[in-house]
Amino acid sequence: MKDDNKRVYKITTDKIEADALFEWTLKPHHGAVVTFAGTVRDNTDGRRTLRLEYEAYAEMAEARMREVGEEIRDRWGIGDVAMIHRVGTLEIGEISILISVAAPHRKNAFEACSYAIDRVKQIVPVWKKEIWADGEREWVERQS
Amino acid sequence: MRITVRCFAGCKDAVGSTSVSVEFPEGTTVGEAFAGMIESYPALAGYDSSVMLAVNREYAGRQAVLEDGDELACIPPVSGGADPG
Repeated sequence: MKDDNKRVYKITTDKIEADALFEWTLKPHHGAVVTFAGTVRDNTDGRRTLRLEYEAYAEMAEARMREVGEEIRDRWGIGDVAMIHRVGTLEIGEISILISVAAPHRKNAFEACSYAIDRVKQIVPVWKKEIWADGEREWVERQS
Repeated sequence: MRITVRCFAGCKDAVGSTSVSVEFPEGTTVGEAFAGMIESYPALAGYDSSVMLAVNREYAGRQAVLEDGDELACIPPVSGGADPG
């Protein structure tokens, strides 16, 4: 069967338009679209964050996101996929990452989306720097 | 042979640049190249146990042998996405 599903994997400095990406993955042959948005939180364990700065190894990040997209296609039969990670300076409440996956049925869509964000956080080279309200700035680096 | 070394996040701060061009002897492995980088940029030493290395945008083991023109990337533990969980 011809695979006419569309997949997009992108690092961008632009604001992420969640509605547009949701619409983009929505097709008549799908019965479920699951969208995950990661957003900038105003604190970590009570310590107040002013904003975050994201940096990516863009060429590799897009290639590794594509790898994740292929994994969820093979394992859960996911059709259309949109995976967008924003870089640059992000304010509180803004979307840093959006993953939208479409499938004929909801169970596969939920499982695939959950797996995809976990996997992205393991292998996609993107980093964030916390700009704390107390004036400190530091890269968030932890073993996954 | 000449290798382009890309550095990100804390590694970039340690090196003071996002990209440096470095001359290594033929047959240099990924691990030897990173050790060479630590000699040139001692602040990188703190990343020796946590850094992941990639060659031409694919994760690579330290035993992998570099070739002229390769792009070696120093990738500190990643923290993309949003929540820390």
